Amino acid sequence: MPLVYVRYELLRTLRNRRFFLLSLGFPLILYYVFVSPNRHVRDFDHTGVSLALYYMVGLASFGTMSAMLSSGGRIAAERAVGWNRQLRITPLTPRAYFGVKVLTGYMMALLSLLALYAAGSSLGVSLTALEWLKMTGLILIGLVPFAALGVAIGHMLTPDSIGPAMGGGISLLALLGGVWFPLGGSHGFLHDLSQCIPSYWLVQASHVALGGRSWSATGWGVMVAWTIVLSVLAVRAYRRDTGRI
Amino acid sequence: MPGAEIQLRGLVKSFRGPDGPIHAVRGVDVEIDAGETVALLGPNGAGKSTTIDMLLGLLKPDEGSVSVFGREPAQAVAHGAVGGMLQTGELIRDLSVRELVSMIASLYPAPLGVQEALELAGIGEIAAQRTQKLSGGQTQRVRLAVALVSDPQLLVLDEPTVALDVEGRHAFWTTMRAFAARGKTIVFATHYLEEADAYADRAVLMAHGAIVADGPTTEIRAMVGTRTIRATLPGVELDGLQSLPGVSSAERRGEAVVLRCSDSDAAIRALLAAQPDARDIEIAAAGLEQAFLALTG
Repeated sequence: MPLVYVRYELLRTLRNRRFFLLSLGFPLILYYVFVSPNRHVRDFDHTGVSLALYYMVGLASFGTMSAMLSSGGRIAAERAVGWNRQLRITPLTPRAYFGVKVLTGYMMALLSLLALYAAGSSLGVSLTALEWLKMTGLILIGLVPFAALGVAIGHMLTPDSIGPAMGGGISLLALLGGVWFPLGGSHGFLHDLSQCIPSYWLVQASHVALGGRSWSATGWGVMVAWTIVLSVLAVRAYRRDTGRI
Repeated sequence: MPGAEIQLRGLVKSFRGPDGPIHAVRGVDVEIDAGETVALLGPNGAGKSTTIDMLLGLLKPDEGSVSVFGREPAQAVAHGAVGGMLQTGELIRDLSVRELVSMIASLYPAPLGVQEALELAGIGEIAAQRTQKLSGGQTQRVRLAVALVSDPQLLVLDEPTVALDVEGRHAFWTTMRAFAARGKTIVFATHYLEEADAYADRAVLMAHGAIVADGPTTEIRAMVGTRTIRATLPGVELDGLQSLPGVSSAERRGEAVVLRCSDSDAAIRALLAAQPDARDIEIAAAGLEQAFLALTG
């Protein structure tokens, strides 16, 4: 990994203050608005999880998902000014290029996650060290398909179209994944559908508090499948996208 | 030249367009030696940028091959042998000029010092400014520094001076001369005949996706740098005009005659001596576009 290059790429992302504050601040505000009045609900909607914990992980899923996909917005903007073509005539390998984009997304995601953990703790979420770690691990793994999706849409869409695409896409992924409330009960079409969506399993990371299995075999399978499909899509989109825009 | 350092052989490239395929490049053969400064000269739409994209490995040719220092373009790029300044381009934001150039320098095996590249491009004074706060001319110079900092053996520039004013152009080419003096190979695309004439050793003329002429810039200038004299002269014999000194051809357009001249100064003196009642005289430089039309028939 080209370290100097990575350093400036991260620095550049952190310096974009408007983006930084909005992407960090929005989930936090939503969290306090939803949870503050109902912070004593022990079993939210028969999930077995407290409302404060459910929404902490729900909004962390929302925030981190947005953070990962925001790399798509940065890529689209870079392409629009011809910077991507400039990079292609440097020795930077496609592997390193993808690596840096994913790393930048993860940095933003991690900041968003830590902010929500702090908010959750302030409203009474209390977990053991092991549970915090397990939950963080699951969320970070659950973000892999979103990292690939971010790169893919960055190379497929223009800066004009990526805003609405991300706004709509993230809302849909959040709703179906159960960020706002568990969807579709324990069986039926909606339940089956939501289980096929990676954001569902992100939200399920909150189940570490119930002990034992947070992700079923289905969960791992869905994540691996999406990771493969979206990575192939990202690589193809990158390869096809060499022309002048 | 079998030993040429850069070889473009039989390049063909088409794109899909709304009304069927667009044949952007149709059979380009060029060989360039190390240390040469070569201008790809042609009007817009001649296929210069497409040729440059293939030279840099950004586009794969439909037919033909490119060899840069004995390697495929992508390999030459991966080894850091090639630097480029593409036609369209701005800078990414939220970095200072120095940081941006350092970021790119870090990707190369043997870059120039960042300060050296900044000074070479004449942007030492704006090194601390953020990239989004620069003027068009400054942006262009930072892009040049980005291309130079790799210290490439081959520098490729696609219409590098389009966004610059006269002064900026002059400074730009002063930098290029200094860089060429280090024994570097430079290939640049331009649609300014003057630039090719002043700064290249050799010009390759392109029109409609093909090469129409290739030679030392002095030769090319003689070919396309013609002037025409137009004068109202009813009823005069064309044969007499054609034999005047400095005139290469003459034709009639209604009441007027048009003389294509290799030496318009000599031609106008001779014309006025021979035809004192010539009126409405206009002397015009043939535009590149017209010159190309004449060359391509």
